Amino acid sequence: MNGIIGFLEYFKMLMPQVMDGLLVTLQIFGLTLILSIPLGVIIALGRLSKLKVLNVITGAYILIMRGTPLLLQIVFIFFGLPLIGVTLDRLPAALFAFTLNYGAYFAEIFRAGIRSIDIGQYEGAGVLGLSPRDTFFRIIFPQALKRVLPPVGNEVVTLIKDTALVYILGLDELLKIGKIATNRDATLLPLVIIAIVYLALTYVLSEIMTRFEKKYDYYK
Amino acid sequence: MLRIQGLKKSFGNVEVLKGVDLELQKGEILVIVGPSGGGKTTLLRSINYLEKCDAGTIAIDGKYLIRDGVYASKGELKEIRRTIGMVFQGFNLFPHMSVIDNIIEAPIRVFGKNRDEALVEAREILRFLGLTDKENSYPFELSGGQKQRVAIGRALALEPKLMCFDEPTSALDPALTDEVAKVIKSLSVKGMSMLIITHDMEFAKKVADRIVSIDKGVIIDEHMYESGTGE
Ligand SMILES: Nc1ncnc2c1ncn2[C@@H]1O[C@H](COP(=O)(O)OP(=O)(O)O)[C@@H](O)[C@H]1O
Ligand SMILES: [Mg+2]
Repeated sequence: MNGIIGFLEYFKMLMPQVMDGLLVTLQIFGLTLILSIPLGVIIALGRLSKLKVLNVITGAYILIMRGTPLLLQIVFIFFGLPLIGVTLDRLPAALFAFTLNYGAYFAEIFRAGIRSIDIGQYEGAGVLGLSPRDTFFRIIFPQALKRVLPPVGNEVVTLIKDTALVYILGLDELLKIGKIATNRDATLLPLVIIAIVYLALTYVLSEIMTRFEKKYDYYK
Repeated sequence: MLRIQGLKKSFGNVEVLKGVDLELQKGEILVIVGPSGGGKTTLLRSINYLEKCDAGTIAIDGKYLIRDGVYASKGELKEIRRTIGMVFQGFNLFPHMSVIDNIIEAPIRVFGKNRDEALVEAREILRFLGLTDKENSYPFELSGGQKQRVAIGRALALEPKLMCFDEPTSALDPALTDEVAKVIKSLSVKGMSMLIITHDMEFAKKVADRIVSIDKGVIIDEHMYESGTGE
């Protein structure tokens, strides 16, 4: 009994710091999503383009981003770019790395989604006289969106956990808050607490993604 | 209305259309029959600019889609395509849009009509096709026959001068073919020309003003079916 009360007391004490960390984590998470999803769509269009140059460039981009560890990319951008005269603050550097990396993963998901739409949909739009732009944004993309929701959901959940990687830059997000408290108070409880926070976050995100998928259940 | 001369089309080194000649009058219902693989779908797709031909001429309502192997400019192509309606064998309805949205999409996006105006006209079309109660349904909720009528309605919304049908009875219950025939006939009465391809001889006889036959890439005989070898 004493143990549980002690835990709750400690939890209450640590709460403000955890909240601060949560805010930083959510900031990286949210901004990365907002930036990397549109980037992913653009890269996907490059991959699908008939222009060979665009194909090769976006292909190489995706290969590099998916073929090397995200942690390494973060280190490169923060510690490596200054060597060529580009110095970024810690948060922008983290956001930059995350956006580039997640943009590549989203691009592959969107590419597959767009490719999966039947050619008959393009032809149906074509004989109606819809412009290529309307065909894409009104007919193809909305259908692709429904198909990519499950894999996009996976990436979203992975992203919230990946934000812990910015620990390497010393940003005050959840993991660092936990680590500091652990060292200071000589207890593992803070790590248990942030694990619970991550768990709660991933649960809420999964629920939100499921809602989105349900919303698209109106057609088959 | 529609004039095709010496139309040729190859896929790789297989020549599928070997010089097709065809004429279609205003308000006429022309049915093209022929064995599977004879080039019927390819011909219809060529008229709709879904396939590019290698040689020949296609003129629709006096405008050349392709003239002696040379295609019209982009702008002209767009104009010409507007005058043709196409009902695909698989319908190609937009699954994420309701019946009414399928129909008003082109009038709004292509003709720049406002939504209210487009809705009024679309409801008129739905009434004509007996689909009034399906206005807000989605394609997956419809039977084959209903989907086909939506596809017809979607094409009609652009008020085409020529309507093309690829195998209109292939997805239908035999009992429903009479109904399609009725719809097609009532449209031709309004002055619309109809070009139908099918391998269903019964249906062809039911609906056609004239039947021609295509095999191995050429129109072979104008009255093939009368000698009973059409199917
Ligand atoms: N996209 C294509 N690529 C290669 N061959 C094709 C293609 N479309 C049709 N064909 C070939 O052209 C011939 C005619 O096909 P089609 O016009 O569909 O005939 P039908 O509609 O009369 O059954 C067939 O031999 C078919 O295999
Ligand atoms: Mg066919």
